[in-house]
Amino acid sequence: MQKIVVIGNGMVGYKFCEKLIASGSGEKFEITVFGEEPRAAYDRVHLSAYFSVESASELSMAPSGWYKDNGITLHTSSLICEIDREKKIVADHKNNIYPYDYLIIATGSAPFVPDIEGIDTPGVFVYRTIEDLDAIKQYAVKARREYGGKAAILGGGLLGLEAANATKELGLATDVVEFAPRLMPRQLDDSASNMLQTKIESMGIGIYLNKSTSKIYGNNRIEALHFADGSQLKTDMLVISAGIRPRDELGRNAGLRTGERGGIWVDNKMQTSDASIYAIGEVAYYNGGIYGLVAPGYAMAEIAVNQICGGDKRMVERIDMSTQLKLIGTEVASFGDPFVDGNSASAIVFENKFSGIYKRINIDKESRTLLGGILIGDSSDYNTLFQLYINTMKLPETPEDLIIPNKSGETSAGSVMDLPDTAQICSCESISKGAICEAVNSGGCQSVKDVINRTKATTGCGGCKPMVTDLVGESLKALGKEVKETICEHFNYSRQELYDLVKINKVKDYNEALDLFGSGHGCEICKPVLASVFASIYMETANRQVTIQDSNDKFLANIQRNGTYSVVPRVAGGEVTPEKLMVLGQVARKYDLYSKITGGQRIDLFGAKLDQLPDIWRELIEAGFESGHAYGKSLRTVKSCVGSTWCRYGMHESVSFAIRIEERYKGLRSPHKLKGGVSGCIRECAEARGKDFGIIAVEKGWNLYVCGNGGATPKHAVLLAEQLDDETCIKYLDRFLMYYIRTAPPLTRTAPWLEKLEGGIEYLKQVVIEDSLGIAEDLEDEMQNLVDSYVCEWKQAIEDPEMMKRFRHFVNSDETDSSIEFVPMREQKMPKPWR
Amino acid sequence: MKEILDQYRTVNEQEIREWFLAGKISDFPSDGGVCVKYKTKQIAVFNFGRMGKWYACQNLCPHKLEMVISRGMIGESAGIPKVACPLHKKTFSLEDGSNLNGEEYKIAVYPVKIENKNVYIGFSE
Repeated sequence: MQKIVVIGNGMVGYKFCEKLIASGSGEKFEITVFGEEPRAAYDRVHLSAYFSVESASELSMAPSGWYKDNGITLHTSSLICEIDREKKIVADHKNNIYPYDYLIIATGSAPFVPDIEGIDTPGVFVYRTIEDLDAIKQYAVKARREYGGKAAILGGGLLGLEAANATKELGLATDVVEFAPRLMPRQLDDSASNMLQTKIESMGIGIYLNKSTSKIYGNNRIEALHFADGSQLKTDMLVISAGIRPRDELGRNAGLRTGERGGIWVDNKMQTSDASIYAIGEVAYYNGGIYGLVAPGYAMAEIAVNQICGGDKRMVERIDMSTQLKLIGTEVASFGDPFVDGNSASAIVFENKFSGIYKRINIDKESRTLLGGILIGDSSDYNTLFQLYINTMKLPETPEDLIIPNKSGETSAGSVMDLPDTAQICSCESISKGAICEAVNSGGCQSVKDVINRTKATTGCGGCKPMVTDLVGESLKALGKEVKETICEHFNYSRQELYDLVKINKVKDYNEALDLFGSGHGCEICKPVLASVFASIYMETANRQVTIQDSNDKFLANIQRNGTYSVVPRVAGGEVTPEKLMVLGQVARKYDLYSKITGGQRIDLFGAKLDQLPDIWRELIEAGFESGHAYGKSLRTVKSCVGSTWCRYGMHESVSFAIRIEERYKGLRSPHKLKGGVSGCIRECAEARGKDFGIIAVEKGWNLYVCGNGGATPKHAVLLAEQLDDETCIKYLDRFLMYYIRTAPPLTRTAPWLEKLEGGIEYLKQVVIEDSLGIAEDLEDEMQNLVDSYVCEWKQAIEDPEMMKRFRHFVNSDETDSSIEFVPMREQKMPKPWR
Repeated sequence: MKEILDQYRTVNEQEIREWFLAGKISDFPSDGGVCVKYKTKQIAVFNFGRMGKWYACQNLCPHKLEMVISRGMIGESAGIPKVACPLHKKTFSLEDGSNLNGEEYKIAVYPVKIENKNVYIGFSE
């Protein structure tokens, strides 16, 4: 059996193995792989995600056991030190000898570390491996706690900016230092760089351009960078990201031909100057260059596999270096030749400094084709533009329409279906448009998921996902099949469709809905969706159809980690009288509840046993409190600042307005929780723009912002309308909220809902303000009907003995749950920790 | 804590030594769950009215060891009746207690019989 030895177990080395196995020829070879890192190949492109994933294994390219299952011997922590081409053997660091018939060099590259004085000072790192990230993470803790809490990144390229985001996320004040006069000098022009710089600086990261670092200063640990122009920058750690150098030493020492600036020379078969040795990925010097992207590396792996298996595929001549990614929250894309301009080519540029968008396309005057371009701030057109470029397709008569938004906020790049079948959609896995459509048309694939499983498209960088989704959708449509997001296996409808069906058919019960529109016996997904739909149509409380409520709604309280509940009465606008405050204190003391102020300006009482809830609420209701609906997908709070009644800056009465709004929408159930805020001036102390709806006082009235949220992916609310009086503001809010409630998918907050809404905020403005759909009056009536039907569901529950039954812990005993234990903490209590 | 978990072992029909009277049918809401006390055990009982079936299992969540399963929602997936734990929405088969999310921990299930409008749970001790 012939022996293949692969040196290097990075993404490309792994891809070689994967393609070899997939080709079906794996069994013909004895395959041995050497990786110098302690773990098997992982996704280095998404390395920064390591800071947020639970373990390194989530980044792994293949499940553990994959190599063994496919008959591949993998040696990790193994460094190959020598190639003997004459004997056709390699030797590892322990001098074990391995013979080969084919040798694959996939050693990748190493970070380039410039020779600067003090480069060995502790606190200086590179950004390439999981071990590097572990070291950075560990040092960052020290830098934050014991030193000055500052980090610097040397290099303002792609990876440098990734690293900057990482150190910022680790809690360090971060600066980026770049030698060139602009950021990402290989991908961006000056205007694009300026735009990106403004965006990045607004995220709190400092940018220093034109800086040549002459010295790393520090006693025992890094303290500052000294620049050639005499200036300095204080820092407590430094991450170097100044480019890569191919790891070509093995090939060089073995006498293989190399490139002028390094790298192992290969031809278009990926063969080196020795016919039995191949080089692929970042170590390969091909057609005058080294390519530090994953897609060309994968393509090289495929060529090498094909050649070894007796095929004759060749590498394309021109390597595409297009990139699209999100850097520090900003979309950035660059494709083709981003810079070309002059006699034969012209650039069309669209720049909107207000919203931070820069787009440039370079067009060949004669052939009217696209040569390249740059997108900053909004790269949603990237896929289409890239396809126009890579397939040298003829551009429309007015190519500016490709990047300049029309009135409804869209650009008109045309449909994905117009692309030729040969258009490469997924460049990581080299999957063409034809292959994707084929998988649907004759391959029997019924969904995007099927297509991904079949073709592996989107499994590399994932950038082509939107296009693949569109292609699959369009292909299915062409076959007369419908594509939609259905709720679960029991309902073949979207939430919006179910909402309409329930409303039109006046369906009132879950089982009736399931019999009429669904199948089977329901589940924990569709039951709460229907409960929400019933509540949004009939203002039905959680007391009527108890068994379809999510478990928090079922007990009108929030379950905590030890099975006890928390109690949150409504404190509209955060305004509370001393008397009511005392009642909360008395109740908390009587029932021994842990007390804490919430982020929504109310008071949360924790640690109530199920059977205590009715007694607690009886006392609260007697004192005039109502349910705060903290347990529901419903209106939570409308946070306010103190406003013009007390504040010397306040322009309007923000508390009064917040209370009015909270009282109006209390009990309103929606696809997800709803939060609001009202600020009395533009200082925005209520943080209203971090809410689903935020109202900010300006001189001539209220500015209404919508679709913001805090949480894991924070989003500022965007301006819907300006300078409104109270009544108009509420009218628009009614329409906006009701439209959201009618149309949003389950568990989708307003921000992601808006993101998916075709036409975006401009479309929403038309619906809400201009009534473009002619439904404004209906929306207002529906909302008014819901407002008029409000009842406090806790009051409703405690007044009905039948409803009270569900708050007993045991059905056959009056005892309470004796397994719940608390431990003391800072004069209060907490659940005994999980064991 | 392990002893708490070890109390709960799935009981097969042939192992039943005692049919414990848990209550009247009317105490058990249709398509919902309640908790029954039996000696030192807490048992969740589900009246799956829509399927016309009754199920019982441990009330103890095997993941975080809290007494909460009876407060979870029931449903069905590909014909298998299941319960979703209210703490982290992990789902278990009500027929054999297996974990439907592919994780290791599972729950013990007990036989239920209905006689003269009374609900009985089968125990082996």
